[in-house]
Amino acid sequence: MSTATPAPVPETVANEAVEAAGGGKDLETGKRRGKSAAGNAARAISSPWASVFAIVMALAWTTPTIGLFVTSFRQQKDIQTTGWWNAWRTGFTMDNYKQVLAGAEGQPPLTDFFVNSFVIVIPAVLLPLLLASLAAYAFAWIDFPFRNALFVAVFALQIVPLQIALLPLVTMFQNMGLGGSYWSLWLSHSAFALPLAVFLLHNFMKEIPASLLEAARVDGAGHVRIFFQVLLPLIAPALASFGIFQFLWVWNDLLVALTMLGGSPERAPLTMILNTISGTLGNRWYLLSAAAFISIALPVAVFLSLQRYFVRGLLAGGTKG
Amino acid sequence: MHVTTLAAATATGGNLGKIGTLLLGIAVFAAVFIGILLIASLFKGHLGEKIQAVAFVGPTVVLIAVGLIYPAILTIRRAFYSGKFFDLNFGTPRTRGKYVGFENFQALWTTPGLPAVFRNTLFWVILVPLLATGLGLLYAILIDRAKGEAVAKALIFLPMAISMVGATLIWKFVYYFVGDPTGSQVGLINAFLTTIGMKPIDFLGNAPGNTFAMIVIMVWIQAGFAMTVLSAAIKAIPDEIIEAANMDGVKGLQMFRFITLPSIRSSVIVVLTTIAIATLKAFDIVQASSGGKLGDSVLANEFYNRSFVTQQPGLGAAIAIVIFLLVSPIIVFNVIQMRKDA
Repeated sequence: MSTATPAPVPETVANEAVEAAGGGKDLETGKRRGKSAAGNAARAISSPWASVFAIVMALAWTTPTIGLFVTSFRQQKDIQTTGWWNAWRTGFTMDNYKQVLAGAEGQPPLTDFFVNSFVIVIPAVLLPLLLASLAAYAFAWIDFPFRNALFVAVFALQIVPLQIALLPLVTMFQNMGLGGSYWSLWLSHSAFALPLAVFLLHNFMKEIPASLLEAARVDGAGHVRIFFQVLLPLIAPALASFGIFQFLWVWNDLLVALTMLGGSPERAPLTMILNTISGTLGNRWYLLSAAAFISIALPVAVFLSLQRYFVRGLLAGGTKG
Repeated sequence: MHVTTLAAATATGGNLGKIGTLLLGIAVFAAVFIGILLIASLFKGHLGEKIQAVAFVGPTVVLIAVGLIYPAILTIRRAFYSGKFFDLNFGTPRTRGKYVGFENFQALWTTPGLPAVFRNTLFWVILVPLLATGLGLLYAILIDRAKGEAVAKALIFLPMAISMVGATLIWKFVYYFVGDPTGSQVGLINAFLTTIGMKPIDFLGNAPGNTFAMIVIMVWIQAGFAMTVLSAAIKAIPDEIIEAANMDGVKGLQMFRFITLPSIRSSVIVVLTTIAIATLKAFDIVQASSGGKLGDSVLANEFYNRSFVTQQPGLGAAIAIVIFLLVSPIIVFNVIQMRKDA
């Protein structure tokens, strides 16, 4: 995801944080632990001002989104004459959403682009997950020549920014006859994701006790069976956390889509059409706001429902290229 | 790209076909996955181990080699050639790309507009990490152990789920400027400015101010990341250290200065560097705001413009290499920092 970049963090921090990041029940443990360094500092910067600042910051972080959200439910003439904070007086409408979804002002219907984003994101998440989990298993639990050197190489490739691979990739896909196809997006998103995916999943696989695998081996299980019956269930949370990263990254991506699809906008994802209409629709905010929220809705829903896994991945991560 | 071509290109009813392609894609990828496992399970014994390792690691290594390493090498080579097409053999013999040594790199300094791009990028890469980390840390401290901490965190955290294009639209509306003096300002900030009797400002329209207006957007996106990681680091400080410091009479800001900050130092550095990397590579905000046409371009946006819009792939490749050279030492430093503490 372009917006969120997982960072490597010392392991102790990561473990504590997974517990702390979640929700209500973790807060209780926090309380039980009593005073903290931060709590002390907060008391020092001291109550009224500290609270005021925190509230001001929370407002500053939410108001822009709320503003556009409210706007998306207002009529065109109201948006042009009064600020969105007057919406309670001027009333609401669903027309904007109906119009962008059905296609208005010479726009193709937004539903098409929603389908495109969906078609792009599913394989672009599944493929790196499948490949990286196999590779991570081998790096963690199969002994083979040059294993460590190869793993370090894959790990180190996280430093390659995707910009440096993009131009030749576009040409390569065109030469293969895959220019502007979904395949070009699936494969390039996967290639860009693999170094981080292998690294993340390897870290989780390494934490599984070796005795568990040895027991399975003694029972006569091969690597394939161990992978499916022992490992996969155990690393499901790790798969989820990388899956969310990749989902957000691909869904929110603009650069790869713009470059790979350059000549074939009929496969454009939501971000790409949003970028286009933000130029062409100029200040027709009644359409822009609705379009923006259609593109935002799904990632926000996924993010909110799977926040735990996201935080876990964030704190165990590497950097994405 | 033009809207009318978009409309023409999108055949309604094509959506079923797209779902078909999706299913086909999933089927192909699943077949590859199952094929690998079948081959791997056929072999037993010592040789089997090796074959299994190749079957498991092979596809990943091949995809990385073909999709990442090989193209990167091509880009590096391309940076030393002239021509309008990425493919050096394209075009007539006269227009074909020729070896030009370091000319594309020299063009980084001599091309009109590019020095300003470097200056803008410098502002981004210094201000965004500092502001996002500073605000994220402050917020993490202020809401630590407070009532409703989880909700308070989610508020700051949420912009991370929003695409940079979406975030830019959200902020474009906050900054919205109505040029007509009789029109009413419906953008939040300009409405506020006119209410208190000041003149409205075209935030995104004029350099150098537009760069700072966009930096605010990136800070808005990244602060949640800083807050999450630093909040976790703060909670990981052992209670004994706090209690010992308390007994020694360390209080308030001193506690922050001498206990909290040193304890989370490595996390702070990791956050700073990670945001710096994300900032160097982000082109979406500039692209969705003005396309970089208003004296507000940054390196990542200029890479896109030169490579794909103005057909200067040699210059585009040179910019990609510059981004790589700027990013890699930060990441190496980042990894060293991480290993020191692990």
